[in-house]
Amino acid sequence: MENRRQFASLIGPPSLYLFLLFLLPVGLMFVYSFRAGITGPAHDVFTLDNYRSFLTNSHFHRLFWRSALISLTISVISSLLAYPLAYYLVFQAGRNRVTLMTLLIIPAWTSYLLRIFAWKLILGSSGLLNSLLLSLGVIEKASPMLIYSRSAVIVTLVYVWVPFVALPIFAALGRIDRNLLEAAADLGCKPWEAFLRVTLPLSLPGVAAGFFFAFIPTLGEFVTPLLVGGASGQMYGNLIQDQFMRALNWPMGSVMSLAMLVAVITLVFILTRLASVSDLGGVYE
Amino acid sequence: MTDYAVELCNVTKVFSSGRGAKSEDVYAVKEMNLGIPRGQFFTLLGPSGCGKTTTLRLIAGFETPSSGEIFIQGKPMSKIPPNVRPVNTVFQNYALFPHMNVASNVAFGLAIKRVPRDEQKRIVKEALELVQLADMGKRMPSQLSGGQQQRVALARALVNKPAVLLLDEPLGALDLKLRKAMQIELKHIQEQVGITFVYVTHDQEEALTMSDFIALMSDGLILQLGDPATLYKKPANKFVADFIGESNFIRGTVDSITRKGTKLRVLDELVTVDAMEVNLAKGQAATFTIRPEKMMLKTKQPVSTEALSGTVQEVIYIGTDTRYIVTLQSGESVVVRVQNGCSPDVEQFSKGDLVKVVWLPEDARLLTD
Ligand SMILES: Nc1ncnc2c1ncn2[C@@H]1O[C@H](COP(=O)(O)OP(=O)(O)OP(=O)(O)O)[C@@H](O)[C@H]1O
Ligand SMILES: [Mg+2]
Repeated sequence: MENRRQFASLIGPPSLYLFLLFLLPVGLMFVYSFRAGITGPAHDVFTLDNYRSFLTNSHFHRLFWRSALISLTISVISSLLAYPLAYYLVFQAGRNRVTLMTLLIIPAWTSYLLRIFAWKLILGSSGLLNSLLLSLGVIEKASPMLIYSRSAVIVTLVYVWVPFVALPIFAALGRIDRNLLEAAADLGCKPWEAFLRVTLPLSLPGVAAGFFFAFIPTLGEFVTPLLVGGASGQMYGNLIQDQFMRALNWPMGSVMSLAMLVAVITLVFILTRLASVSDLGGVYE
Repeated sequence: MTDYAVELCNVTKVFSSGRGAKSEDVYAVKEMNLGIPRGQFFTLLGPSGCGKTTTLRLIAGFETPSSGEIFIQGKPMSKIPPNVRPVNTVFQNYALFPHMNVASNVAFGLAIKRVPRDEQKRIVKEALELVQLADMGKRMPSQLSGGQQQRVALARALVNKPAVLLLDEPLGALDLKLRKAMQIELKHIQEQVGITFVYVTHDQEEALTMSDFIALMSDGLILQLGDPATLYKKPANKFVADFIGESNFIRGTVDSITRKGTKLRVLDELVTVDAMEVNLAKGQAATFTIRPEKMMLKTKQPVSTEALSGTVQEVIYIGTDTRYIVTLQSGESVVVRVQNGCSPDVEQFSKGDLVKVVWLPEDARLLTD
């Protein structure tokens, strides 16, 4: 009896949280995805038409894959940049570790929008980068391509996400028992061999976590593409937003959101399976 | 070539902790001179914090000496990094690679040396058989018990055929029964492979059980170096006598020094102690030591024994033995351990009895502090 009450009090708040902030909205979206419309009699008509038109609309698909590719690029670049950063903090920074980590996180305390606008100032046609390139004579005319492009979206989002990708890698590297690295050296490893055979495989769960930290939110990203993406930088998230806010086609927006949810869950499932195979980096069998 | 697998010459290791004015130097190893004979089971024994691990890490190359030089097989090691030293370590916490199965762990050193696959397989199989884990190759380290992990760590080190194997309290995490079994097993493995073992422990019984040689350390210094019997029977000083086994210490003043030995006055009684090695002057305070099992309780002092009078304070029956705690006239307490057997000349005493604590003169040793 006592046990059960304790269990309930432990599991209660997170369950409530999960229900209100995740299950309820997803449930609502699920219901809406079958409605014919959001007003008038269409509201009460349930149909599979939304799914049908989603599956046949190649524009949606194109944008979905483009977004996935952009997110993938962002996550890969962020992980590649974050790894040496986290490695330096854990193994080289010594007692400055916490200070440097804080410095890394501080920009994240400012508004997200502010940070995107900062990139607008850097990448804009009369922005920092253009002026610099102009004055150096690298280019002759301010290039408008720096902003309002897919690369602008990627650069901005990489900037935003690198610290968050670094965090789980930092944690994973910090958890590695230094004795293991000594054991590797003891068994004949040069430092780089110890890195490849011990440090890297043991930090992969952190890399995977960091990767998803960036991948999942950027897949649904719509603010950054809106501000710096231009036409070629539009992402799937913008499409969803359009359905909800402009076309007022909530059922279609719901279908598109659910499709993304399913895609993300499938992907996470596959990748975690891959990451948990035993004998990671094993040298034998 | 020397007969030493490892030599330490004047090795000192200082750790500086803190910063600036608050910095504090810890001398973990002080001016150590030590030769570890080839092919022997050599133990570094000492209380916690005396510098055993530091000594081992200096030999392995994980720490660099603040001064002095270390030789392994006669070669100076100051410029040799750990990965090329001909030593391997069994870590206190085993340090098995958690992302590799047992076979991969054991094969690790061979894979780094690019030993051919088939050869690796054969050596790993042999090593796992040696440590009695033949069919555990596919398991992950997390699926093993402490004792099994310990054996994997041993196998992983042994496959590299190091000149010296360093073991840092490898049995520390095991329960008593398994520890005893592993002690014997380790000793057998050492005899079988013939590699020099440098073994670290703070457990004197373990050291006595396994070692060919023991170096007893305290506070970064080696207090005595010798085989187990010497350390037990002829402790160089009070610390050694106290640390190894159980000892009684009795204080007195030098009454006279004759060719037979040193006569000590303990309150009103005189006892003779062999003391050729110790230089003492008449009237000086001195301590001598006797093991509890070398003392007996009698009502009357037999001939050619030494004796002090006392009162039985406590009688503790512990199965094979009875332990008597006796308060001497001087007020000091001694422990006397009497084997419970059928020996007819063993007398029984109870609390409050007046007794003679007797011993043979050769069983007492005069000590320096
Ligand atoms: N990295 C270090 N920095 C500062 N002081 C250290 C360091 N390593 C060891 N010491 C100090 O050196 C002394 C010897 O430590 P060491 O670990 O060699 O002891 P030990 O004999 O192995 O003890 P134990 O039986 O507890 O393992 C201790 O006083 C310890 O605090
Ligand atoms: Mg230690």
